[in-house]
Amino acid sequence: MPVIEVDNLRKRYGERVAVDGVSFSVEGGEIFGIVGPNGAGKTTTVECVEGLRTPDGGSIRVLGLDPRRDAVELRRRVGAQLQESALPDRMKAGEALDLYASFYPGPADPGRLLEDVGLTAHRDTRFGRLSGGQKQRLSIALALVGSPEIAVLDELTTGLDPNARRDTWDLIERVREHGVTVVLVTHSMEEAERLCDRVAVIVAGRVVAVDTPAGLVARVDAEQRIRFRPLSPLDDGLLTALPEVRSVTRSGLQVVVTGTGNLLHAVTSVLARHQVVAGDLRIDQASLDDAYVALTGRSE
Amino acid sequence: MTGLPRLTLMELRLFLREPLAVFFAVVFPALLVGILGSVPGFRQPLPSLGGQRVIDQYVPIAVTFAIVMLALSVAPSALAAYRERGILRRLATTPVRPAALLAAQLAMSLATAIFTVLLVLGVGRLAFGVGLPRQPIGYALGFVLAAAAMFAIGLLLAAMAPSTRSAQGLGSLLIFPVMFFAGLWVPRAVMPEVLRRVSDFTPLGAGAQALQDATGGAWPQPLHLAVMAAYLAVFGLLAARTFRWQ
Repeated sequence: MPVIEVDNLRKRYGERVAVDGVSFSVEGGEIFGIVGPNGAGKTTTVECVEGLRTPDGGSIRVLGLDPRRDAVELRRRVGAQLQESALPDRMKAGEALDLYASFYPGPADPGRLLEDVGLTAHRDTRFGRLSGGQKQRLSIALALVGSPEIAVLDELTTGLDPNARRDTWDLIERVREHGVTVVLVTHSMEEAERLCDRVAVIVAGRVVAVDTPAGLVARVDAEQRIRFRPLSPLDDGLLTALPEVRSVTRSGLQVVVTGTGNLLHAVTSVLARHQVVAGDLRIDQASLDDAYVALTGRSE
Repeated sequence: MTGLPRLTLMELRLFLREPLAVFFAVVFPALLVGILGSVPGFRQPLPSLGGQRVIDQYVPIAVTFAIVMLALSVAPSALAAYRERGILRRLATTPVRPAALLAAQLAMSLATAIFTVLLVLGVGRLAFGVGLPRQPIGYALGFVLAAAAMFAIGLLLAAMAPSTRSAQGLGSLLIFPVMFFAGLWVPRAVMPEVLRRVSDFTPLGAGAQALQDATGGAWPQPLHLAVMAAYLAVFGLLAARTFRWQ
């Protein structure tokens, strides 16, 4: 059953149309990604869902509530992380979490959350003295401290180092295991691929695709590319003769073969038949990155 | 503890972590009384002051100084920072309304101001024998109206300032004329007639005189109460209209 239903959402700032008829729905318990270029309307969309902005048109239901009319109820049940982390510089990390916990009827255990985001050692560190990544993690903890049914996270791992990113992803997966629905606005296709059950791609205020990460990749009929270094002389003609192969180029000692279909099998079969050993064999496959570029580029 | 008391306590903690603000709003007014009272000449009754001493004049002025620091410096820069840095916006996603933060900031400032008043009155009384207010209700009324009028001005400042920095700058700029007319440099009693007339119509000129009158045992003059109430009404309304949460 959908917990968030956005239907034909519209929002403009003066003359500029930020959101131009966005529709999607988020199922209970899933991790739903929203991706798209800067200024595509992602943040405006989730801010309307959070009730921070009033839409110009369309309808939004969150847990069956109207984000503007039922604002109080909504805020108890939806946790939000905003793009910029925002606390007074002199407030300590532990104080902030305790304070925010006091806002909610059934909060999570602040000490436990601090541990989950790896900030136990910084309980008494002032916000202004936390590093960018630590601020980010505290901001995630604040979004979760009210034991929300839905967590809306905008730019979850921006500014985190690779280790902290992985830890944060693990945390989000644990959160989901507790039945929390997660809406994730992100720039990182790696993040979307790793975490999201489904992804909406928003370009210029419109949804151009909603699908699973694998589904999005499959939509893009991307060319495959194989590179290798033949350890014995190889006649390019053997490869160009294959129906799967589109092009064969050489760069230094490397051979680069592009094509479609079962390209790898075709190429390695020919090499094996002619007893050419391929060193440093690499395959570039279409990723969510390619799908993203194809989807966003196409509609711009 | 939840809700407003908890937010107020947090505001108080944050305020106490700013040594400079604590110094100017709490320590300095008492220090001012202490320093001026140490000058022997200021402890002599003067005919030009109607038999009062300079130190008697300065106790109410020190009280207005505490109000000015909290209302024009501490509160506007805190609130402007809360808006500029998205702290109010962050709060808007929780069940607590951003207005609660405003209320907490004001409650904290009022509590701090009352503490400073008691400190200033205590130093004046114990060190230099300055009489405690003989009309306490009139004194309290004058104090509350002066504080409310100044906070209304401070809130408008916070509402209009495009950034924390400009709120701070504008606030400090306003402190000088406001304190001048309150008598920080030249007490009202020895101001030239014209200047004192102008001072009657400034929030803390009226405030200082109201506190002075109530200290002596008289009820504050209706003119001064009306002037402060007018500032409160006009600036309070403007502030309420211009304040944006984002």
